[in-house]
Amino acid sequence: MTDQGLTPPQTVPALSATSLNKTFTVRENGLGKPARYVHAVSDFSFDLPVGSTLGIVGESGCGKSTTARLLMHLVKPDSGQIRLSGEPVSRAKRDLKQFRRKVQMVFQDSSASLNPRLTIEQSITFAPMVHGVSLRAARETAWRLLDRVGLDPARFTGRYPHELSGGQRQRVNIARALALNPRVVIFDEAVSALDKSVEAQVLNLLNELKAEFGLSYIFISHDLNVVRYISDHVLVMYLGQVVEQGPVDQVYATPRHPYTRALLASMPSPDPEQRTMAAPITGDPPSPIDLPPGCRFAPRCAFAESICDTMPYELRHGETRVRCHMADPKLGHSKAEVIQ
Amino acid sequence: MNTPLLSAKDLTVQFRTPKGPITAVNGIDLTLERGEVLGIIGESGSGKSVTMRALLRILPEAKTEIAGDLKLDGKDVLSLKGHDLAAYRGGDVSMVFQEPATALDPVFTIGTQISETVRRHRKVSRKDAQARALEMLELVRIPSPASRLGNYPHEMSGGMRQRAMIALALAAGPKLLLADEPTTALDATVQIQVILLLRELQREMGMATIFVTHDVGVAAEISDRIAVMYAGRIVETGTAAEVLKNPKHPYTQGLLSSTVQGAVPGTPIKAIPGMPPDLAQMPPGCAFAPRCPLATSACQAAVPDLRAQGGERRVACVRLEEIA
Repeated sequence: MTDQGLTPPQTVPALSATSLNKTFTVRENGLGKPARYVHAVSDFSFDLPVGSTLGIVGESGCGKSTTARLLMHLVKPDSGQIRLSGEPVSRAKRDLKQFRRKVQMVFQDSSASLNPRLTIEQSITFAPMVHGVSLRAARETAWRLLDRVGLDPARFTGRYPHELSGGQRQRVNIARALALNPRVVIFDEAVSALDKSVEAQVLNLLNELKAEFGLSYIFISHDLNVVRYISDHVLVMYLGQVVEQGPVDQVYATPRHPYTRALLASMPSPDPEQRTMAAPITGDPPSPIDLPPGCRFAPRCAFAESICDTMPYELRHGETRVRCHMADPKLGHSKAEVIQ
Repeated sequence: MNTPLLSAKDLTVQFRTPKGPITAVNGIDLTLERGEVLGIIGESGSGKSVTMRALLRILPEAKTEIAGDLKLDGKDVLSLKGHDLAAYRGGDVSMVFQEPATALDPVFTIGTQISETVRRHRKVSRKDAQARALEMLELVRIPSPASRLGNYPHEMSGGMRQRAMIALALAAGPKLLLADEPTTALDATVQIQVILLLRELQREMGMATIFVTHDVGVAAEISDRIAVMYAGRIVETGTAAEVLKNPKHPYTQGLLSSTVQGAVPGTPIKAIPGMPPDLAQMPPGCAFAPRCPLATSACQAAVPDLRAQGGERRVACVRLEEIA
């Protein structure tokens, strides 16, 4: 989806994706039942401008993590393209190695993502050495980065992951991600497992590091408050599709898509005197297996009508893009004024 | 006649470990009126889940030492044994856990699990128990309840499993419901539905509830009163509005200001430095002192008592008058 606007993009985005698709096949245990398909990610496009943070929110099963794994080339897309600084990324082994050097990832489970048999220093120096950095230089980097993420190198380099708290381990994971001097870091629920007071510390650290190292972030989370705080742009996913994306203040202040509205209205009110009185939508998000051909939110949407049996495109609405028939009055949805 | 439903005095829970005893809950006092909702907020390791498990008497006896005084409706809970204890668990008090997938038995249908609970606590026929199970599923608003009775837990979605678990917990009509992070594992749009459901059922059935959460927003949605726990002690308690809108203890203040909720993007969040203490090596005096921006030597001298501060509020901080 290229921009047809009058102003050409000023700069090349750090990372971008065009029409990514990924479907997994579920095989029924050989008893002759037909295979079923999980539409994990469909028609997924975005630009990540240099130096900005793109937040991805959604509920479980919406394809957030598959998106992260597609962007890291950990799973192969069925179709679509990923560009790093405008250059298409090939899947040749050497290109991938270079790509992963520039795009790093921090996972949710801080202990499962560290090798329990390696000391902190070994964990951080491992990747640079694979990429041909000398042991001495890699160590120097490790010490510098540990110090930067707030762990005293003299105390921590020789320790093993189990000797650290969750917050400390996540700091190690951040240091390790930075050791290759990447341009983009993808955080997949990276602060979700931390206590609130530790989460605040880590978020502050991430903001400092972004400015200091000139990084661009993709920040995946189910926590709407965290995403609002850290992101410049936000992308809301529902059952494998982007339903709305745009500048974070605009999406949070005037959500257009009925799902975005429901999601934001579901946030607990912090004021005990102004409690939520009714749930915005009922039921659970359905499973992404064997989806109907039309709008994926239609079965839970209060505004659904016959036109919603066809798949809506992402429609431009000011600076945001909304995947809903109501976003364009010309499409003939009778309640189009609802989201204008 | 106005005795509270639950009263805990100086409740202390110690675990025996190979490295010596660890005090997870350190002399807390709790009272709960009939039909009241108490929210306990705190971070991991603050002792909130251990408190709940002590109230239900489900901590492993061989490894735990529970001291203090615990009364539910006049019953001395800590001395219960055998049949009385079995009747207490699930009958007088029941619990909803964080992870319904692991708390429900995977090899029995939902209907069987609920009717078994009913028959365990009430002398009713199998058929009546089944009818009660159906009634419970309707109560927690599970769609097509009659067919869901025959479902196994894995056949249900996360939100539906949590509803089934609530139905199970309420089947025997407990006087006190303990809810340990019941919405933490749920998606945002499902979480609010379960909170509203619990609030409604609690009001309809008039049972008292203790709701443990680390999420201040969730606590605000459901609690009448709130207790803030830190390192095994209650540091501040009061009505939900008192505690959340005008926190007095430096830890509560830090906890509320370190949430991203009100933080302005682009400016740093006011995070509490450091991390909670290791329960095996508690600092002397106030456990929060090492992280507290206002700590003085007086804070290390003795563990501060909870002192009344007007209204329902009580706060455990020696410097309260100076810093207010």
